[in-house]
Amino acid sequence: MSQTMTTGQQNLSLTARYFDLNEHDHPEGGSTMLGFWIYLMSDCLIFAMLFAAYGVLGANYATGPSPKVLFDLDLVALNTAMLLFSSITYGFAMLAMEKNKIGATQMWLAITGLFGAAFLAIELYEFSHLLHIGATPQRSAFLSAFFTLVGTHGLHVTFGIIWLVTLMVQVSRKGLIAANKRRLMCLSLFWHFLDVIWIGVFTVVYLMGMLR
Amino acid sequence: MIRAFSLPRRMARVLMLATLALPLGACDAIVLNPAGDVARQQANLVIASTLLMLLIIIPVMLLTVFFAWKYRASNQEARYEPDWDHSTQLELVIWAAPLLIIICLGALTWVTTHLLDPYRPITQLEKGRPVSAEVAPLEVNVVALDWKWLFIYPEQGIATVNELVVPKDRPINFRITSSSVMNSFYVPALAGQVYAMPGMETKLHGVLNRTGEFTGFSANYSGAGFSSMRFAFRGVTDADFGQWVKQVKAGKDGSLDRSVYQELVKPSEKEAVRHYASVDGALFNAIVDMCVQPGKMCMSQIMAIDAQGGLGLAGVYNVAMLNHDKYGTGDSFRPSDNDRSVDAAYVRALCADLKPGQVLPASVYAPRSLAPLVGAGLRNPLDKGTPAISQSAPPLSPVS
Amino acid sequence: MTSEPQAWSPIFGRLSLESLPLHEPIVVATFCAVVLGGIGLVGALTYFRLWGYLWKEWFTTVDHKKIGIMYMILGLIMFVRGFADAIMMRLQQVMAFNGSEGYLNAHHYDQVFTAHGVIMIFFVAMPFVTGLMNYIVPLQIGARDVSFPFLNNFSFWMTTSGAVLVMVSLFIGEFAQTGWLAYPPLSGLTHSPGVGVDYYIWALQIAGVGTTLSGINLIVTIVKMRAPGMTMMKMPVFTWTSLCTNVLIVASFPVLTAVLALLSLDRYVGTNFFTNDFGGSPMMYVNLIWIWGHPEVYILILPLFGVFSEITSTFSGKRLFGYTSMVYATVCITVLSYLVWLHHFFTMGSGASVNSFFGITTMIISIPTGAKLFNWLFTMYRGRIRYELPMMWTVAFMLTFVVGGMTGVMLAVPPADFVLHNSLFLIAHFHNVIIGGVVFGVFAAINYWWPKAFGYKLNVFWGKVSFWFWVVGFWFAFMPLYVLGFMGVTRRMRVFDDPSLQILFGIAAFGAVLIACGIAAMFVQFGVSIMNRDKLRDETGDPWNGRTLEWATSSPPPDYNFAFTPVVHGLDAWEEMKRRDVPRPTSGFRAIHMPSSTWAGIVIAGIATVCGFALIWHIWWLAALSFLGVIGTSIVHTFNYKRDFHIPVEEVVATEAERTRQLEAAGGAA
Repeated sequence: MSQTMTTGQQNLSLTARYFDLNEHDHPEGGSTMLGFWIYLMSDCLIFAMLFAAYGVLGANYATGPSPKVLFDLDLVALNTAMLLFSSITYGFAMLAMEKNKIGATQMWLAITGLFGAAFLAIELYEFSHLLHIGATPQRSAFLSAFFTLVGTHGLHVTFGIIWLVTLMVQVSRKGLIAANKRRLMCLSLFWHFLDVIWIGVFTVVYLMGMLR
Repeated sequence: MIRAFSLPRRMARVLMLATLALPLGACDAIVLNPAGDVARQQANLVIASTLLMLLIIIPVMLLTVFFAWKYRASNQEARYEPDWDHSTQLELVIWAAPLLIIICLGALTWVTTHLLDPYRPITQLEKGRPVSAEVAPLEVNVVALDWKWLFIYPEQGIATVNELVVPKDRPINFRITSSSVMNSFYVPALAGQVYAMPGMETKLHGVLNRTGEFTGFSANYSGAGFSSMRFAFRGVTDADFGQWVKQVKAGKDGSLDRSVYQELVKPSEKEAVRHYASVDGALFNAIVDMCVQPGKMCMSQIMAIDAQGGLGLAGVYNVAMLNHDKYGTGDSFRPSDNDRSVDAAYVRALCADLKPGQVLPASVYAPRSLAPLVGAGLRNPLDKGTPAISQSAPPLSPVS
Repeated sequence: MTSEPQAWSPIFGRLSLESLPLHEPIVVATFCAVVLGGIGLVGALTYFRLWGYLWKEWFTTVDHKKIGIMYMILGLIMFVRGFADAIMMRLQQVMAFNGSEGYLNAHHYDQVFTAHGVIMIFFVAMPFVTGLMNYIVPLQIGARDVSFPFLNNFSFWMTTSGAVLVMVSLFIGEFAQTGWLAYPPLSGLTHSPGVGVDYYIWALQIAGVGTTLSGINLIVTIVKMRAPGMTMMKMPVFTWTSLCTNVLIVASFPVLTAVLALLSLDRYVGTNFFTNDFGGSPMMYVNLIWIWGHPEVYILILPLFGVFSEITSTFSGKRLFGYTSMVYATVCITVLSYLVWLHHFFTMGSGASVNSFFGITTMIISIPTGAKLFNWLFTMYRGRIRYELPMMWTVAFMLTFVVGGMTGVMLAVPPADFVLHNSLFLIAHFHNVIIGGVVFGVFAAINYWWPKAFGYKLNVFWGKVSFWFWVVGFWFAFMPLYVLGFMGVTRRMRVFDDPSLQILFGIAAFGAVLIACGIAAMFVQFGVSIMNRDKLRDETGDPWNGRTLEWATSSPPPDYNFAFTPVVHGLDAWEEMKRRDVPRPTSGFRAIHMPSSTWAGIVIAGIATVCGFALIWHIWWLAALSFLGVIGTSIVHTFNYKRDFHIPVEEVVATEAERTRQLEAAGGAA
């Protein structure tokens, strides 16, 4: 009798050794940040390719205009400031979120969105100016690469703003629940990522373009 | 068990058949039995590298068959060690054996790649027969057109379509380009292949060691007429070559100037051999420079201007619309009038139109040197030395 | 010919009745057959009232097992299409001698070889590989699903969407006539003004989204969701190779996305990335596409290396020899695969030093690959090899693959490549490694894991018939191509003028016919097995005496895979549990937390298909509308916060009780 008891106990402990008998539900979305980060890296590769294309083609003006005559550094500096400010304000939004302050979070998100929109507006102004004076993407390989690289970044910012607005609606509806916090964190990564890319664009395209 | 037995055995039989097929087919394998020294060395390299690798491939295949047979489940005599999964010595061998082969093969690769670089001038006619100093190589300019081959002999002043005749035992320098899309210039009997690309000049050096009739073709798919983009390649004696040149000079197809070229360049298939008795001396350079079309700026000129920072905003409108394609393929494609998708634009030449046959001023050939970026292989078209950029500056100084 | 520029209307874009290839009798016949078959299928589904079942249980599922199976089905369907293209080429090439033009004109033939390459790589090999990883990886690491189940479903439908576009191109318009990598300037607007290249671009872009997302998903799954105790160096080899493959996917598919985006800008906007004029550089395209293209080769083969490792170890009844060096070899290959891309165009005129660098890096890859082969060999050494179908495929692979590897190293020697580049020798080489490696591997995997997926083994007789037809057919089909390569015959040729070649093309065509028999036998094998499933039933869930965790659960596994997550203490976790006679827990079950099905994946991918079609045909209003539809639907989907549910404990208890009964019936211990 006691013999079988011990075997039974041994068996049970063996089972416990090989199976997680006290398992709890995994917290939902535990891998989201890692996944999103990897996605950003893949996006980064797309930008890397566009930078590479710009690097190869950036001096092929086909007798057309070069960066020197096209770019207005003051405007670009203003533009850069808009994006950098938006990153700071997004940081404030995250701080507010940590403290579970819905109102403050929403406010900072809105300000971030406005800065983002201002960035886009300035970029669109620059593009329309370039198109107006005939410096179109069709004119030279340099301009093709320029419009594609800067435009792709601008498209990302556009989607970031759409996403931001969506999240604001969701936060206002559901509050700062775990899922929304996670989403805000992802957008935060995305937003800062775009900032980093812009630093690259600003340096490689605009600053080095003026130096060339 | 019969099943376990038959698997490796049948496998081996199939393999044996396959290995037999190779030497059998090799009777007319031009790649392994070519007529030119470079191709000969390349073929030897194919064989040498195969033999080197067989050193490891054959033992592996034999071991596979042997283990597969010996350790079949029904063979209860064989040792069975289900937990044996590591042996440092064996692992060492496993990694070292392929490594050794690759070290040998790598060394062979490094040396032969440099010796057989298509850009390297020919130094020997055959093994043990160095090129003597007084033999000048034969220059041949090759243009891949849609879908035929144009050969220009600048010294002889003649040109042919779809026929390439060369004297044996004389080094040949090919300069290769294409009118529209990428092709690959390949005469298996002679010296391997190199891509022919629009706006780009590639080089190939070869020498033919025996006379005979061979074939050359494009080895890179280039569109609908690709299959028939073949030409006759004939190796003849020196005397016969001179005879042939005379015959071409007496040919009926007239002179190849820019306007004839612009007709020739239009897509066509299965063109008959043509012999042009004379040829515009600047034509090949203009083709490489993508400015056969009068009024179109040459690429070297564009690059020289770009190196100076372009023409500024004034340069924006220095383009012209044309009923040809915008992609500088010259004249190979003519979009129909109802086509909305092709913009047909090109960069306009700054100076007066170059007359057909007019040689471009030397100052034009001053492209920015890309040498540090592209390596020795991708020389700028018309890169005759590297004249300083400032030389070309005065006539072309940008407006800005 | 449809490559003539077409007229454009605001409503239908370039689409008109003339877009239908009514002048191609072969296409029309195929179209009729497909329509009849389609009507039959739809009718049958409606008659048996299967639509609801399909929608609920399959189309909207987030279960990684069902998605894996759907990937395999997609791969099989597209395989038939891709093989039909292959047969057409073989037939054309064997006919087109002595002045005969064969039966395909250039416009048709050039589409056929382009489609063959695109389909076989993107819509056969990729779905097969992704499907296998999807099905097996979560089971092997003791997880209940992947990290992002909805994304998984979405990825599958995006891949399918790409496949649908390729299939549509058969009947509406044309496919690209450029070769499978669509080099510009040939693929530029000037030389390919038709819709063919646009079909190519959008099919690959849409499928590429799916592939990239699925790569991210599986990386995160493997990193985050392994069973307790399963450290990286205790992961099964297949999981390791899957991890490396997905790292390669994530690190290379964006390159393809970018380069195709640039090509589409050239075609749609008139930019000058790859044009001859205005400073564009076609050579940049060739470089960029091969920076994706070479890792892609390893994306295809690495998971199958994992499959062979599992199979060799299982059927030799032995631990895998040199697990550690196997893992390091895999990682080496992963890294090195980025350093070899230039070997695809030695003939472009780079300098000798550049060429030899890339030649030598290519050769270096053969070292870890060789080490792997030796590891399999020494796994067989002192084993007890059971020649079941998966093991037969594995031995065939080992003998076939080494030959392909050898010819690959030959092509890596630049001067040798100068004479063999773009020749049929090259074609023979990569079919040698892709069929010998990927295809044989997929068949080994199907035979190996079929019992896991469906609960019964595959019929052995028809499996052997298929095996022998395939193996013998392969050698007949491709050995002549090696010889033809030495005779200076180049790829993508439509007509020939040297009659002495015909006999070799004849042998190759005969080989293709044998392979066709092999494929037919494989489908017969599936059919016969499904009909005799009760006889072939496996109650144990472990028909091969397996070693890894997927064999620890029932066949087919329950939705939740494992009622209790297994705890891992070493390699070959399941083998260890069997050896120590670990009793299976039979009480104390809890409700299990699972992701819920969602309509969003198939709907968004469906709209994306429409968007792709509209872009191809320049139907701008529809493109804009469907693009907004994709964005809008995605946003709507994010408003759904209820994405999970619990499988009630009673259901778990009932399922596990059934499993206990099953095991007792099978007379199994544990």
